[in-house]
Amino acid sequence: MLIANVHLARIVRPTLNRHLLLALGAAVVLVAISEQIGAYDDYNLTAVAIFAVAAAGLTLLTGLNGQLSLGHGALMAVGAYTASLLLKDHQLPVVVVLLLAVLTTGIVGIIFGYAAARLRGPYLAGATLSLAVALPQIATRYKNIFGGDAGLSVPASAPPAWLGADFPPERWLAWIALAAALVTMVLLGNVLHSSVGRSFIAVRDNEAAAALAGIDVARTQVLAFVISASCAGLAGALFGYWSGVTAPAGFGLGLSLQLITAIVIGGLGSLAGAVWGSIVLVFVPSLTSGMASSLNVPSSVANNVPLAIYGATLVIAMLVAPHGIQGALKRLLALARARWGHSPASGKKGVMDWDDPAPGP
Amino acid sequence: MKSRINGSASGMRGIAIVCLTGLLLAACGTSTANNSGTNTASAPGITATDITIGSTQPLTGRAAPGYSEIAPASNAYFVYLNQHGGVYGRKILYEYADDGYNPTNTASLTRKLILETKVFAMFSALGTPTHLSVIDYINSEKVPDVFVSSGCNCWNNVSKYPYTFGFQPDYTIEGKILAQYIQQNLNGKKVGYFYQNDEFGLDGVKGLDAQLGASSVPSGSRQYYSPGPTSVASQISALQAAGVQVVVSFSIPAYTALALLAAAKYGYHPTWVVSNVGSDITTLTGLLKQFSQGAVGGQLLGGMVTDTYLPLVGDSSNAWITLFKRIHDQIIPGLPWDGNVLYGMVQAYTMAQALKAAGRNPTRASFVKTLESTKLSGGPGLVPFGYASDNHLGYLGVQVAIIAADGTESTTGPVYTSSDSGPISQYSGSASSPPTNGIP
Repeated sequence: MLIANVHLARIVRPTLNRHLLLALGAAVVLVAISEQIGAYDDYNLTAVAIFAVAAAGLTLLTGLNGQLSLGHGALMAVGAYTASLLLKDHQLPVVVVLLLAVLTTGIVGIIFGYAAARLRGPYLAGATLSLAVALPQIATRYKNIFGGDAGLSVPASAPPAWLGADFPPERWLAWIALAAALVTMVLLGNVLHSSVGRSFIAVRDNEAAAALAGIDVARTQVLAFVISASCAGLAGALFGYWSGVTAPAGFGLGLSLQLITAIVIGGLGSLAGAVWGSIVLVFVPSLTSGMASSLNVPSSVANNVPLAIYGATLVIAMLVAPHGIQGALKRLLALARARWGHSPASGKKGVMDWDDPAPGP
Repeated sequence: MKSRINGSASGMRGIAIVCLTGLLLAACGTSTANNSGTNTASAPGITATDITIGSTQPLTGRAAPGYSEIAPASNAYFVYLNQHGGVYGRKILYEYADDGYNPTNTASLTRKLILETKVFAMFSALGTPTHLSVIDYINSEKVPDVFVSSGCNCWNNVSKYPYTFGFQPDYTIEGKILAQYIQQNLNGKKVGYFYQNDEFGLDGVKGLDAQLGASSVPSGSRQYYSPGPTSVASQISALQAAGVQVVVSFSIPAYTALALLAAAKYGYHPTWVVSNVGSDITTLTGLLKQFSQGAVGGQLLGGMVTDTYLPLVGDSSNAWITLFKRIHDQIIPGLPWDGNVLYGMVQAYTMAQALKAAGRNPTRASFVKTLESTKLSGGPGLVPFGYASDNHLGYLGVQVAIIAADGTESTTGPVYTSSDSGPISQYSGSASSPPTNGIP
């Protein structure tokens, strides 16, 4: 036991240090950026951070543990409704609200994770899909608690007094969301580099082999689901603060599909990919929504244009960059290295193997 | 990009200077708004040459049929207004964004309009659930939020939402006046309700119950729907089973059409009494044809009772209708000429009236003050607005109208006004006629 602990410490500590340093650097850069940009850009930056939290959780589940979830939008709804209900009658600090949202969604994740661990492939996709379709209906059905279609309003979190009276609330929210995203990334980064992360990958690659190696497959899958759901819950609560309202229409199937799109376009199984995907997620719709209404087509067509664009983006991304943005970046980096000297292993200068298998997480 | 602190500080300074100038002028004995002089950038969204206003509208999604015409129609009037000199020489630029009737989209688009586009005011933002999601935010930013396209009585809350103003009669008033018509003309028949299960439908039911007595309609005769991909067949057959002879429907057009089709399918022929927002003839005829694949159309609308607070869209003898129809034919000939287009144009005309009344160089605060102190009379409405310092209600009442079997609509009886809790009274004011060039 002691030996195991020492062993664990030797692996985790340098990783943790590296991740903490990275996060600290990112925090400094992001705060500097948020100071320079306008309120609306801060608002969009917040959205990127929120989606990054949810997408990071999903990429851990789907990319590393091999469980496809079409229900993460609904898990975000659990977090958002938890936050809204808490804030309905009480004034609670943001941190408390976020932690309770994580806790609630984590519990839902345990329940659903057990069901998910018994299902494979399309059956799992179907079960999580039902979550995405059914959960928002609860809000409409129990109107007195959840506010029906109009939803529940989420009071804004006012910037603390020491930041000054003129401090823009959008920037304050951006800071909260960025802090949450960085904490999530550090924690998930460490999970990935620990034995837990390796067992996730082992289960994804071959369940029988993983079981033979002494890994409890079902428990590993439930754990992945719970971690992933908690991230979705955190993102959902932040989403509530961000939009100022928690309404069923905001958490439809579209949101779940957007998250999938984000992790695939960004690069499945990679935390950096989750961030790239979130950036795409926030900035592409603002381009497409105007397009849909300016196209002079019947409403039945225009309604589906944004989703069709997502689909097309996904198809094109799969054809052009099958390993997503992160994969493409890694390749470009490798290409550059191969061209200008520092070729890593092959030693063949100027040669690039485009059929190289997927870059690791 | 410029930092927000600097931007707002200089903005505040500008506002302060304008306010001070205004105060000094007032002190010097100028009694009305300062209309002479030159145009200045007196408020966010106002420059020497133009005024930018914004809106969120369901251009796509389930509320789009019919309602998607409103913003283009308002815009057409603004284009006409701009061609004829605008307001104090300023052009009105109207930025409307598509929220798909999704409150979450409304929330982010409204922030975009206020923070990035920097609109002077929100205008005609459509929908009860959608606009409820941003009303707190808009008021916390102190942005005028005028002529909300929804009859929810939630917009009339002066102490909580000092910047928000309603437009059409609220659904409770409408429910009361429709119920009075039923008492007077369909007395003794069994009444049932079909309504949207949100503030829209519930406010309407509140008015109906206030007039008819809540106990006169048993719970089996109260059927509701939640907007979404849903069928209304079970609700309609429940009304039929309960022997309901008069169905009062507080529904948006798509669900009015679905309800009429379901009733026709079951051979159920009650008298339909449909709220103004769910009864536009052109929109309903189109939807009926679409949903029934061309099997039925406008013939299902014969005998429908509804109400109006504007001149009837088919009344070509009315000078307002001729004016707006002319603008429609010139600028947006691709859209049908229907109640939604008329609604959008009347809102735009009212906005032009309000901006003119606010003087040459208004601020956001002075604009709101003007709305509270001016009645905006002389417009197309059949009824006066309720705007005052303690009341942000729009049109105060309606006149009942009936759709004939041939699809023509005609008003019946006097124009009535009311309030949420007060009695119904007959309005005796006479209709106005438009200025010759169509510009207030």
